[in-house]
Amino acid sequence: MARTLFDKIWQRHVVTQFEGSEALIYIDRLLLHEGSNHAFRTLAAWNRPVRRPRSAIACADHYVPTVGRERGLAGFEIVANRDEIALMERNAHAHDIVLFSHDDPLQGILHVVAPELGMTLPGTVIVGGDSHTCTHGAFGAVAFGTGSSELAHILATQTLWQATPQRMRIIVDGRLGFGVSAKDLALAIIRTIGNDGGIGYFIEYAGSAVRALSMEQRMTLCNLSIEGGARGGMVAPDDTTFGYLADRPHAPKGADLEKALGFWRTLQTDDGASFDREVRIDGSRVAALASWGTNPSQVVAVDEPIPDPANEGDPVRREAMKAALAYMDLKPGMRLCDVPINCVFIGSCTNARIEDLRAAAEVARRGRAVVPAYVVPGSRSVKRQAESEGLDRIFRDAGFEWRDSGCAFCTGVNGDLVRPGERCASTSNRNYKGRQGPGSRTHLVSPATAAAAALTGHITDARRLGPAAQ
Amino acid sequence: MTEPFTRLTAVVIPLDESNVDTDQVVPSRFSKLPIGPGHERVLFHDRRFGADGSPNEDFVFNRPDYQGAKILLARRNFGIGSSRESAAMAVWSFGLRALIAPSFGEIFFNNCFKRGVLPIKLPEGDVDKLFDYLAARPGAAITIDLPAQTVAAGPDMTYRFDIGAVQKMCLVKGFDEIALTESYGKAIADFEARYDAEFPWLRVQLGASAR
Repeated sequence: MARTLFDKIWQRHVVTQFEGSEALIYIDRLLLHEGSNHAFRTLAAWNRPVRRPRSAIACADHYVPTVGRERGLAGFEIVANRDEIALMERNAHAHDIVLFSHDDPLQGILHVVAPELGMTLPGTVIVGGDSHTCTHGAFGAVAFGTGSSELAHILATQTLWQATPQRMRIIVDGRLGFGVSAKDLALAIIRTIGNDGGIGYFIEYAGSAVRALSMEQRMTLCNLSIEGGARGGMVAPDDTTFGYLADRPHAPKGADLEKALGFWRTLQTDDGASFDREVRIDGSRVAALASWGTNPSQVVAVDEPIPDPANEGDPVRREAMKAALAYMDLKPGMRLCDVPINCVFIGSCTNARIEDLRAAAEVARRGRAVVPAYVVPGSRSVKRQAESEGLDRIFRDAGFEWRDSGCAFCTGVNGDLVRPGERCASTSNRNYKGRQGPGSRTHLVSPATAAAAALTGHITDARRLGPAAQ
Repeated sequence: MTEPFTRLTAVVIPLDESNVDTDQVVPSRFSKLPIGPGHERVLFHDRRFGADGSPNEDFVFNRPDYQGAKILLARRNFGIGSSRESAAMAVWSFGLRALIAPSFGEIFFNNCFKRGVLPIKLPEGDVDKLFDYLAARPGAAITIDLPAQTVAAGPDMTYRFDIGAVQKMCLVKGFDEIALTESYGKAIADFEARYDAEFPWLRVQLGASAR
């Protein structure tokens, strides 16, 4: 019988099923961060050891400051954050879990570091204590986030009880236009299906425009699956995937690699396999997008009028639009390219990999920032790579701040906050009320759009900027 | 261990909003508090309290009709966003034992069961009728029967809901999934042995050669 990519992976991981309902799923990889300290408390309360410590890695990412890191823990202005990192170090040490802490040369955001190390592999089930664990679906893995009790359950048993999700396929035909990024595509998809369209589903992204994406772009696309409501999203592995994995420290080598490749090449949805829902999107029609509201489905093209709630037929969406407009201090019919912004953030597990920084630097070199602009590489490996290419110099010369790696302004828990009432053009993933700090207003954009916004002080389609000044 | 959940008749807070994300349920600055006591205050902190810490009388949670409520009714997409389990813990600590909405953020939905809270998905039309019922009777109670999988409001409205067998059993009996899982200890060990033989490349000692 024809099976989907999701089914092929899921079915291989079913240990047992309970009364025809939830399945007990075997988990290959476990991804932890500071918030996972809660899971270690639960594990201690259960009085259980970690079953397979080396299936997990931990990264200090949410609570690390992005400046003053050379001073070690003493450089943490928020004492509670310093304590959380210290606790995480004790937990990792006590349970023999590999940790990339605040001072590690390989430190970075969990969802940037694990793929860099070759930990994220096709055909695996990957669970993390962070909702954006869906990023790893880019490699043809089933990857999703959980809360701390489920993490503790995996630490103790290497398994998790899960309802089997429905399957959705999103086919993006054609090609993305020049200067249109995976971020724009992801926002276009969420605009189409709604921020709840994916609830109950696991998504497979397919079609010519998806096949043409690099691994880093696929990670951006899959990262935003949860913002469309889905637990996760995935792309079938192909030569792009295998090329990325070559020579990664933890990817298989030699005879193991040959065996792995034989398996990985079977990880495709069979012809004739059926999906519970299928959505088609014309990739050539995707524009540079920006969010205007307080959920990631509320997006428009940069120069498109903000929609009028009066034209929305669904009463729940209409009320949500009105509330969003009030919070964002915007009116229907306004265009985002006419609205001044206060700051720019280029970073997060969505858009802080080397290709993202190259795209932003390519724009930054054409001018000078007129508002504060913060560039936060997704990992220290990305930071070193960018510096070896001179991107840090381009950003600094253009007046952008070049910082150390972490989640930073995406969640603000490390102290990197957008001030009340201020607008931030941000490459992150959530534009919820107060997400970047109490009263903050977030406009989700691509790295190129964010860099262009820094140069003009307005959300700007980078393709409309003139050529480099020099 | 959580308290066993069987039948509950309680006052309902009608929160007439969609897309209530977990950043609203528990602002991120509270997410490092050890999950446990103290989470009552952080539930909807920035909605319930003003900047000076005084209660915001306009927020539905603070209205006299709904004091002592144990059920929350909301619109589409309740609990979307971050995986923070403090959101489910805060719901429980506040005294809420059940949530009803047309759809939930899936991670939050699963976290609720771990903290003794029953999230119930009902069709949007049923949720609309419950909002109407409660609008006409502020402070009214409804009854949730978990073994029967029903929600009843007054004599004429009874709605059935679906729930996973593991989730239902753990909540009705008030125990953690870990006990159930460990009863499958041999099946897990056998699976793992077969799996390791079939996928030897996954057994790489993670981290050993990374630095």
